[in-house]
Amino acid sequence: MSELLEIKNLNVRFTGGGRETEVISDLSLSVGHRETLGIVGESGSGKSVTSLAVMRLLSPATSRVKGQILLDGRDLLGLSQREMESVRGNRVAMIFQEPMTSLNPIHPVGRQIAESVLLHSKATKKEAMARALELLALCGIPDPEQRMKEYPHQLSGGMRQRVMIAIALACDPELLIADEPTTALDVTIQAQILELMKAIKRDRDMSILMITHDLGIVYDFCDRVAVVYTGELVECAPAALLFQSPLHPYTQGLIAALPRLGQSADRLEAIEGMVPDAGNMPQGCHFHPRCKYATDRCRSEHPPLTARPDGRQVRCFRAEELK
Amino acid sequence: MMEQNVLVRMEGVKQHFTVKKARGRAATLYAVDGVDLSIGRGETLGLVGESGCGKSTLGKTLLRLYPLTAGTITFDGEDISHLKGSALRRFRCQSQMIFQDPSSCLNPRRQIAQILTEPFVIHKLYTPEQRKDKILELCDRVGLSHSYLERYPHELSGGQKQRVGIARALALEPKLIVCDEPVSALDVSIQAQVINLLDDLQKQLNLTYLFISHNLSVVEHCCRRIGVMYLGRIVELSPAGALYAAPLHPYTQALISAVPTIGVSGREPMVLTGDLPSPTAPPTGCAFHTRCPYATDRCRTETPLLREAESGHWVACHLDSIFTRP
Repeated sequence: MSELLEIKNLNVRFTGGGRETEVISDLSLSVGHRETLGIVGESGSGKSVTSLAVMRLLSPATSRVKGQILLDGRDLLGLSQREMESVRGNRVAMIFQEPMTSLNPIHPVGRQIAESVLLHSKATKKEAMARALELLALCGIPDPEQRMKEYPHQLSGGMRQRVMIAIALACDPELLIADEPTTALDVTIQAQILELMKAIKRDRDMSILMITHDLGIVYDFCDRVAVVYTGELVECAPAALLFQSPLHPYTQGLIAALPRLGQSADRLEAIEGMVPDAGNMPQGCHFHPRCKYATDRCRSEHPPLTARPDGRQVRCFRAEELK
Repeated sequence: MMEQNVLVRMEGVKQHFTVKKARGRAATLYAVDGVDLSIGRGETLGLVGESGCGKSTLGKTLLRLYPLTAGTITFDGEDISHLKGSALRRFRCQSQMIFQDPSSCLNPRRQIAQILTEPFVIHKLYTPEQRKDKILELCDRVGLSHSYLERYPHELSGGQKQRVGIARALALEPKLIVCDEPVSALDVSIQAQVINLLDDLQKQLNLTYLFISHNLSVVEHCCRRIGVMYLGRIVELSPAGALYAAPLHPYTQALISAVPTIGVSGREPMVLTGDLPSPTAPPTGCAFHTRCPYATDRCRTETPLLREAESGHWVACHLDSIFTRP
């Protein structure tokens, strides 16, 4: 099967203050047609940077991106600014975490949705506004005619996120990147938004790249999961398998550290220590200072990402014996 | 609950604010609107609800950080509803707070040692040497290396900053700590560390917690009893296990079904329509009727009171089926 998005050996370095810091190293991922891939990781693991790299939204002045990002076989990193503009918002769209900071506060939301329609098609202004109205209704906004004329500050958090989704859907993208789309929302509103995204995905044959730190959402929403730690892929597997038998000690730790409703434990199994600094990575496996299974080999040698016969990938020397 | 085991008792507590609306008109915001609640000694009582439901305001009201609009609060047998001056300051020694965002509650221009000394300075306790010993002891308690004492908050990670926040709250040896979203800003792996720490401290020091969070799984893990708040009122109050196993109020049911949980698949979430109504113009009758799938005419006019459905399990709802369940 040909993949819709293929990230090959992505490497991102931030430059600044005369230093270069590697934030993503040798990351390879793919998102199939109609697939939902979840990227999970803690803050600083590089999950958002990956999505920004795909959209080419990292400034060349402060960062250096290497590798290949193939959309339907075409390398996005090799495109000119203008070519990239026709991809962005058109074939690949993005939803951000905090809708208030992503929407323009001084324009009514209807106009902001129409903007991307106008930009990517030959529609007239009237047609674009009609399309915006249609999209707002599709995204479950009650009384869309009225809401079209309102400004972002007049809407609630859930409504704003619906507007963001409407903007993202304006040009029928093939790939939707959702960067923590529900983190700023309450659980009942989060459930509304996730249901909406599921329905849209079903109706439009879209692929979704879901970036989140919430394993519960991944379980509920994603087909496949990539776990990242310190800018590296440590495990990649179908969601059901990942939660059933996590292979990497970090994934195991994350799942065990999570309190679960109705499955109460006396004590949570915390992962001790903390995520190392990007500029100060430990030798060997990046996770070894926090890993309870670390051996001398883990401390000196960096484990490669190994593909297993069942298609799962894991970056750990001891994955087989620990299973 | 036996009277001597009760540390905090709130009766008819109301906290209203005056806010300015468009064109300078004043409006009343009913942040907390009639809450009766008691917290036992050594207990962890959880408060859950969506943003804007008044759970943080209730915590701050309990600590007397606002002048109370109506009702009474009794702490350790003493009425603290209208304390002033030195009496209020004495009460503050016994009740402390841990905040959500550790970065914004630590003074960025003070070293950790200064931050931890401040409670002693304010309350004029101990000699300078004793204070130093106390600080080292606090660091050991919360698992903070002594080398951090000379650093500034920005040099610490989120988890370490939250440990400083906890150490500061412990400094005056309080009986009650209000934990307002103590782990919401932290990553999963760090979140578990802090939850375990709070648990250990409670056992060692016999602390009482009011644990406020929007995260149901965290509250269920940490608390023995949980109160669910909606628009300034408690709509359900129950032992933690029963709340998850058999939520009675329609709002609680929706809240629990909305949480994506590992190992629970194929569920049909009960998705609520609409948003939380504005607390400046709460709906008449039951505040939840605008989003409730079972609302009747009675719900639209009459405010339901908390009733005991099962032993220790209270719920404020007009639905009779809740109370007649086998």
